[in-house]
Amino acid sequence: MSAKSPSTVMLRRNFKHIARNPTSVFNAILMPVVMMLMFVYVFGDAFDVGVDYIDYATPGLMLLAVCYGLGATATSVNSDMTKGIINRFKVMDVSRGAVLTGHVVASVLTNLVAIAALVGVAFLLGFDPSASFLDWLGVLGVVVLLGFAAGWFTVALGLAAKSPETAGLAAVPLIMLPFFSSAIVPAEMMGPGIRQFAQYQPFTPIIESLRGFVNGAPATGDVIAALAWCAGIALVGYLWASSTFKKRA
Amino acid sequence: MSSAIEVSGLRKAYGDKTVLDGIDFDVRAGTIFSLLGPNGAGKTTTVNVLTTLMKADGGTARVAGHDIATEARAVRATIGVTGQFAAVDELLTGHENLQLMVDLKRRGDGKRVVADLLERFDLVESARRPVSTYSGGMRRKLDLAMTLVGDPRIIFLDEPTTGLDPRSRRTMWSIIRELVADGVTIFLTTQYLEEADQLADRIAVLDQGRLVAQGTPDELKRRLPGTHVRLRFTTAAQLDAGARLFTDATRDDEALALRVPSDAGTASLRALLDRLDEYSLSAEELSVHTPDLDDVFLALTGHTAEAAK
Repeated sequence: MSAKSPSTVMLRRNFKHIARNPTSVFNAILMPVVMMLMFVYVFGDAFDVGVDYIDYATPGLMLLAVCYGLGATATSVNSDMTKGIINRFKVMDVSRGAVLTGHVVASVLTNLVAIAALVGVAFLLGFDPSASFLDWLGVLGVVVLLGFAAGWFTVALGLAAKSPETAGLAAVPLIMLPFFSSAIVPAEMMGPGIRQFAQYQPFTPIIESLRGFVNGAPATGDVIAALAWCAGIALVGYLWASSTFKKRA
Repeated sequence: MSSAIEVSGLRKAYGDKTVLDGIDFDVRAGTIFSLLGPNGAGKTTTVNVLTTLMKADGGTARVAGHDIATEARAVRATIGVTGQFAAVDELLTGHENLQLMVDLKRRGDGKRVVADLLERFDLVESARRPVSTYSGGMRRKLDLAMTLVGDPRIIFLDEPTTGLDPRSRRTMWSIIRELVADGVTIFLTTQYLEEADQLADRIAVLDQGRLVAQGTPDELKRRLPGTHVRLRFTTAAQLDAGARLFTDATRDDEALALRVPSDAGTASLRALLDRLDEYSLSAEELSVHTPDLDDVFLALTGHTAEAAK
């Protein structure tokens, strides 16, 4: 048996948890697909976005898929903290990095599975992207970075919450936020106030970058803004998570 | 013999509530030391501080010769801790829980270690079942088994038998005795006088963050009232009559009760009842008391364990 790093051991533990308790991941994968069917078939014809609605909505739904996975991450981080097992890890000198990184990496990989499922269904619905191989790498990069940033932020939320239930609730704003961005409908179609919010909130440049890559024409400004937001969110999440982890005995 | 744990003037407060008010003790290597006290006395806080989970506000402590404040990592490398609430992973199986410990401790001969522990703790049959299906006793056993991975030389057990049925409690006791036979030092907290009496080489009694007594079980028991019969009467006049009857009894005027020393055997009980009959005196209630934590506290601090909260 080869020596495994604590992070790998923790990640494997998180995967086993997911395999034993598949409902939450099932939700994370199925819900975005259901949303896609709903928006494309029920509302799609009502919005005039200038292109095929499926082509417009798919990048936005990718972001929604990332956010849907977060509830499960927050809940599982919190149940680790509220049960005795975390003290065992602390006394064994397992670094907080290993415990928390396990959760973040599991969260990002869940995101990727959910997005793969979503894009698969999108193709069945007539999704017709004009992205090159390099553009797809760009999509992958943005998605992983977003998953990583949102993952750290969610781990912090999960650590700060009092119980697994409140941890799940704490992630709800993150799930709602995409609806107030250009994910589902263009910001210009929204009412005043919400429109400005949608234009300037972090998810909008991220979605616009994804949209740009999918259409084979990413706008540099959007991509830079997206990278900056992701880096910022990841840093805040990481620092918040680390300090909360230290405080909770 | 050398000291496994040396504690001097240890203090800890949460806000303005003092939980540990300067405690001192010394645990010899290879012995069982029991910290006895009611809920809220500060037992878990003591464990948390000594195991580096919390920082002390004052005083010093050395565990296996390492300072808990400045050499936390070295302390962690030598100790094993089983907390009050089973620190097991509910979603994993018993086998996987042990494997997790082996992987984290980077033990090379992991397969054998896991198999041996499952065998030793009688968990072989349930090894492939998720821990969520385990009984309380099985969880505690698995918890202790996980603690033993890596052969810690000093083990902290925080109320290891609270909530266990009598049979599981006996099993836990025999496991603890085996560990000490192998030369391990055990620091044990408990609310049960009987448990401390059964297991410990030395007992320290903790009350509201202070140690009120320390010694061997025999030394402490000498300071306790023995087994007695408690008679409760309905009127003060009856209590007076009873007190005249049993001159060696101590009276509790508030509860209208008499505490009569007795070995609680049937012969002496019959004699006591006959005596009451003879003087046409009847007690409202009769109960037999063997010394418990409450008596320890009454004897050592003048208040009961319940009142200490």
